[in-house]
Parts: sequence; C-alpha cells; structure tokens
Amino acid sequence: MTAVTTIALHALQEALRRRVFLVVLVLTVAFLGLFWLGTSKAFEDARGFTGTTETGVDIDVVVGATLLGLAMFATLFLGTVLAIFLTLGVVRGDAERGLLQPIVVRPLGRPIFLLARFLGAGAVCGLYVVAVYLATVWIVRGAGGWSPDQLIRPGLELGAAAILLCALSLLGSVFLSTTANGIAIFMLYGAGLVGGLLGQIGDAINSATLMRVSDRTAWALPFDALYQDGLHRITADTIGLTRFAVNLGPFGGAQQADADLLLWTLVYLGLVGLAAVAAFSRRDL
Amino acid sequence: MTSALAAHGVEKRYGAVHALRGVDLEVDEGELVGLLGPNGAGKSTLVKIACGLVRPSAGRVTVYGAAAGSPPARRSLGYLAELFRFPGWQSADEVLRLHQRLAGSDGGARERGELLELVGLAEARDRKVEQMSKGMQQRLGIAQALVGSPRMLLLDEPTSALDPAGRAVVRGLLERLRERGIGVLLNSHLLNEVALVCDRVVIITGGSVVAAGRPDDLSQPRGVEVDVNGGTRRFPAARRDDAPRIVRELVDGGEQVYGVRILATTLEEVYLEAVGASPG
Repeated sequence: MTAVTTIALHALQEALRRRVFLVVLVLTVAFLGLFWLGTSKAFEDARGFTGTTETGVDIDVVVGATLLGLAMFATLFLGTVLAIFLTLGVVRGDAERGLLQPIVVRPLGRPIFLLARFLGAGAVCGLYVVAVYLATVWIVRGAGGWSPDQLIRPGLELGAAAILLCALSLLGSVFLSTTANGIAIFMLYGAGLVGGLLGQIGDAINSATLMRVSDRTAWALPFDALYQDGLHRITADTIGLTRFAVNLGPFGGAQQADADLLLWTLVYLGLVGLAAVAAFSRRDL
Repeated sequence: MTSALAAHGVEKRYGAVHALRGVDLEVDEGELVGLLGPNGAGKSTLVKIACGLVRPSAGRVTVYGAAAGSPPARRSLGYLAELFRFPGWQSADEVLRLHQRLAGSDGGARERGELLELVGLAEARDRKVEQMSKGMQQRLGIAQALVGSPRMLLLDEPTSALDPAGRAVVRGLLERLRERGIGVLLNSHLLNEVALVCDRVVIITGGSVVAAGRPDDLSQPRGVEVDVNGGTRRFPAARRDDAPRIVRELVDGGEQVYGVRILATTLEEVYLEAVGASPG
C-alpha cells in the first residue's frame, strides 16, 4: 500500500468511525425524501392549474427544471458542507492539536500527504454530489416524467465544483485555524453563489454591469461557473415559451461556461494545489 | 565516523525572536545525549529542526549524513513530539499499524506486539486511544517512535506524563536502545532522569549552548566527607584521589572510619549555574 492510499484511507476511516458518513447518509435520505414529496406535489399542483395546449408552455419542463435546479443548488450546498468539514483542519488545525506531527515526520513527504488528503476528500465529495444529483434526477423523472436535456455533464460539473472547494479548503487549512478556515470557505462559496445569481439577474434584465461582475467572479471562483454551466445544461435544448418560462424561475438564466473558463477551472485547480504544497512545505509545524 | 545526528551553526528566528543562535551538537551512534534548558531555551525548536518539522534560518542539521527533513533522514529517525495526539478512535495496534505503513516497516504484527510489550501496553493493544490515560498515550507515543527500527531517536519530554514506575520503564528502554547502537537525543526537564541515563548532557539557554559534556565531567569537586566515631569530618579542598590518604591518616590517628563520601556538584547545581538561576 502506498503512502497516498494509506493517508487517504486513514482519513476516510476516520470519517467512517467518527460517524460522519452515517450522519451524512441519514440527512441525505431525509433531504431526498422531502425532495420526493415536494416534487410529487409540485407536479400534481402545476398540472391542476394549467396545461401545455392552453399556454404554449410545457409546465412539466418548467416544474422539472426548476425543481432539479433547486436540487442542484441544495446538492452543491451539501457537497460544500461535506468538503469543508472533511478538510478544514487538515494542516494547521491538526498541527495545533498535535495530530499532524507524528505523521509528517515519516518519509512520505508533505506534498504526498496533501495530495492524499485531497484525493480522499475529493473522491468522497465528488462521488457524493454526483450520486445525490442522479438520485434527484431519478426522483424528478419518477414524479413528473421529465428528464434534463443533458444528464451526465451537469452531474460531473457539480461534482467538480465540490472537488474544487475541497482544494480551496485544503489551501486555507495551511494558513488558517480550523474555525477561520471553515468560515472563509463558506464565505467564498457564498461569494461565488452571489456572483452567479448576479449573472442570472443580469441576463434577465439585460444588465452588462451585472454580467461583467458575474463573469469576473466566475473566473475568480470557478466552482460557481461549473454549477451555472450544469444548471444551464439541464434545459440546454429547451426553446420557445417554455424556455422563457424557465428563465423567469429562480434557477433559470444560468450562464453557460465557455471552453476557456472550463480550461481555466483545471488550471485553477492545479494552481491551488501548487500553492497549497508550496505553503505547506515552507510552514513550520 | 558519521554522526547519528550533527547540528552545525543552527539558527532559527521567529520574526524578532531569536530562538536558536548558532547551536552545534553531535550525537554519535549508540550515544544517549540529554538536552537541558529552561522553558523557551530553544530545545524543542532544535529537535523539530532535526526531524524536519521546522526549517532552520541558518546552519545545517544532518541525520547519518542526510539533510534533516530529507526522505533518507526521515527513514533513519524516530520522533516523539512534546505535544502530540493520536486519533481517539484508533486502537493502540491501529496506531502502530498506520505508522508501520508510513515508515515502510515490514515488521507486521510481530513488531507491533514487541513494541507494545516493550512499553508495557501489551494488554491494551485493542484499547482505543480515547480510553487511555495520558501516561498510556505517552508510552504508545514512544512505541510509535520506535516503529521501523530507527537508528536515531528524538524524544521531546518523553516522561513528562509518566509516574515513577513509567519513568523507570522508559529509563530501562533507553539503556536497551543504547546497547542496540541507537543514538538518542533526549529533551527533558527531569534532571535526575537525564543524569541517570545520559552519556552526555548539552545545556541550552537563550538559544545557545552554555555547557556540554559528560555529567561527571560537568560536576565540580566539593570535598570529601568521612564518618568517624566522633561524627562527620569534612575536607572541603580534598578531591577523590585524596580519599585513601585521608582515611589512612585518620586511622593512624586512632579514629574509627565508618564511611567516606566524595562530594561533587549535582547536575541540578551545574544546570542552575549554567542557566544563571539560583537554587533558592
């Protein structure tokens, strides 16, 4: 067993033995249960007051896209919580508690340690987000018969967003104490979210300034750009009045990411990783 | 011969604080060196530099010729931190298994069993760390430092949480390690422990080495005391070599001699003098 797998499995074992995964599983089942109930009722009620033929709007698409958009928002939030709590004290927090020193004096080296913690947390958060996303897609399809225009890529982008937040939290853990890092990453998540919402509002009211602010935020915090792109893709092929109705909803008007931004996301992940390794390598423990 | 641990001109600054000011220190194979000094003297900083946790501002530390913190140096080292903790959810056996994997040790269950036996935790191999006393955790820490049979051991206050019986166990353990040729740098406040087991002592204060040598060499003669039938006679200027002559003269003078004591300063007195503190 290599040092990377040893450290990654050790971190996962800790989460398992500390019942982190059990709590996450129970709360996720509760969330999915509530989502199933809400989705079923929403489709029932919406079909009760309108129909496709009368308005030219496919109400199943509007309800399905809005609810799946809500689910994606909630899923990324849950993934963010998981990412932060799995990584917020990896370096400084664990060093202050005396947990880190016995491990990093071993021959594995600090970059390997950091890589292993990233792979462990990133794999858990990425897989969790993709699994919850697919579960919500299945619920929406079961309750209303609607499926997103693109199924796989929005889930992968959502998972990648959670992985990016893991990396940011690991970087923060080199500099900040546990509580400060948790707060900082939640605030970054909030800032990214606000940037994305400004873009949606800017799109709706045709404001170049808001769009520019959103664009800059997307480059600075690309996890939200991934979420926005995923959100856009679930109704990518929807057109006409139905498209218009979707855009009027709280999860409509999401910004599509161009190829440069997606490439930048990969570069960003690499830069965050390099910064974390460089800072950790120079840090006195 | 390559030293097990060699520090040359080691300096460390934390902003305006000068924690180490050009420390030189060597530990040979199989040698047990005690590192003494008051709080804030720079002892833990020196130990942390030696195991790669802290980067020196200047100077060089090597472990068997390899730069401190490099993979070869880490492979040669065992380290017990002054403030350490193991995950509470792990058992003693799991802690050692994790460190075996990280150290690349192929000792398996046999090595883990031997180490737990060595530190008196054989019965607690499946006990979780969170259910252990501080003393048991400290003994587990020592076992962890010995995983992978290191050639050089850095122990930062290894007996601070131990009762007298536990300290005796560690003392015996250190002597056995010396017999096996393992170099040990022992950072401790317990002067008696250091005096009992260490081959050499290095006293640091204010980031500088102020005294170094064998405990016997560091102590100063303070005369000879002889118990005779009339009480105790003191010879303040006498040295060890004078004792036979003094006894002979007393016996020739008709005294009954019941005991002879060679007086010298204790390590505590040497230490207090070196760090500039008064015993009272």
